[in-house]
Amino acid sequence: MAGTEIHRRLKWVVAEVVDLIDETPSVRSIVLFCPDWPGHLAGQHIDIRLTAEDGYQAQRSYSIASPPDGERLTITVERVEDGEVSSFLLDELRIGDRFEIRGPIGGYFVWDPDLGGPLQLIGGGSGVVPLMAMLRTRVVRGSSVPVRWLSSHRSYDEIIYREELDAYSRLDGVEIVITLTRSHPEGWPGPTRRVDRAMLEEHAWAAEDRPLCYVCGPTGFVETVADTLVELGHPAERVRTERFGPTGGRL
Amino acid sequence: MTFVTRGFRGRRQTDAPAGRVPPGQYVTEDFPVLSAGPTPRISLEDWHLRLVDKHGNERRWDWARFQALETETITVDIHCVTKWSKLDTTWQGVSVDTLLAGIEDPGAHVLIRSFGGYTTNLPTADVTGGKAWVVFDYEGKPLTPEHGGPARLLVPHLYFWKSAKWVSDLEFADVDRRGFWESYGYHNYGDPWREQRYTDD
Repeated sequence: MAGTEIHRRLKWVVAEVVDLIDETPSVRSIVLFCPDWPGHLAGQHIDIRLTAEDGYQAQRSYSIASPPDGERLTITVERVEDGEVSSFLLDELRIGDRFEIRGPIGGYFVWDPDLGGPLQLIGGGSGVVPLMAMLRTRVVRGSSVPVRWLSSHRSYDEIIYREELDAYSRLDGVEIVITLTRSHPEGWPGPTRRVDRAMLEEHAWAAEDRPLCYVCGPTGFVETVADTLVELGHPAERVRTERFGPTGGRL
Repeated sequence: MTFVTRGFRGRRQTDAPAGRVPPGQYVTEDFPVLSAGPTPRISLEDWHLRLVDKHGNERRWDWARFQALETETITVDIHCVTKWSKLDTTWQGVSVDTLLAGIEDPGAHVLIRSFGGYTTNLPTADVTGGKAWVVFDYEGKPLTPEHGGPARLLVPHLYFWKSAKWVSDLEFADVDRRGFWESYGYHNYGDPWREQRYTDD
């Protein structure tokens, strides 16, 4: 289970909000400027800490959506029902606001062009966030690693990064497939059901291609996809997973 | 430095009992699942538990022999490094003290191995003296694979990544060898009350 070993103390540093992008009605990207940011790898996450005037604090973890980019990084946050932190980030936060972050965290669910491929990215809902960091890294680094993206969303309006994915789908070596599980526009070219074995056989790399697979999404989604990949002959050590539950933040 | 974020008031959890939620944690009723890879599916026929002391002496249990050991029911709070805590969880399992019975000095540290390749490391003092169990039942039901079944370690006083799922081996030695998350930037010890989340916290 090789990854990137990290032995460095993580300090809280202040980040400033420099842009806010509404990705879907319930998902927002927050672009941060952080002069003390030590850099990160695609797939890693950060902790954020919000402090109220009376000293009360709340911490959550969020995946980084942006490729390594100096002092800037982007997180993408989904509204959690009744979420203490996500509702603040989606409803209250303004450009120019500042809060504390620390990271990067996690050394296993990471991808860098040096790790090679082919690369298989499979995401459910906001589980696409760390996968987008990987895809963006592949693009901005001019890597030729062939990549296949398969993401599952409930409806067309809930597709995160839709236009950007559409643009990437025209690049050589990049295949983008999006499945819509609840509703879809007329003439939708992609699949319209939950990810299953037949869909993986049709759209994902076969085990013989020896892809490196990254799967991220809600627990049930990840369990199903990872189990099916193993059934299809992918070695467990080539399938890296990240799951999040319904409790808020990214787990 | 205390850094106030404009407009953030937060919602304190007033229903959480005082003194039971470590700093930076919030209480959840859910039981989220976290694992680095696919969930290993281990049949009870293929299951084993192996214990090795620092001299290389080995003990091995198959499922039937493990089930024949004295079991305990434990109700504890658990704390995940990803910030959730879950109160009053009830487990049934075998104390590590029972597994070690008769072994005077197994070694100062233990490396836990799991089916599927996961590892985690702990001081022996933190898995003995009624502090750790190999559990196979959660809330009165057999432990499901995604939560670590057939059996997982339970070390509730440390962050929950130390409570390795799918446990297969307890390797005691006098040297401390870092486990999986401990090699990827997480704290070597992981005390939630001292908020030891990441390396050198």
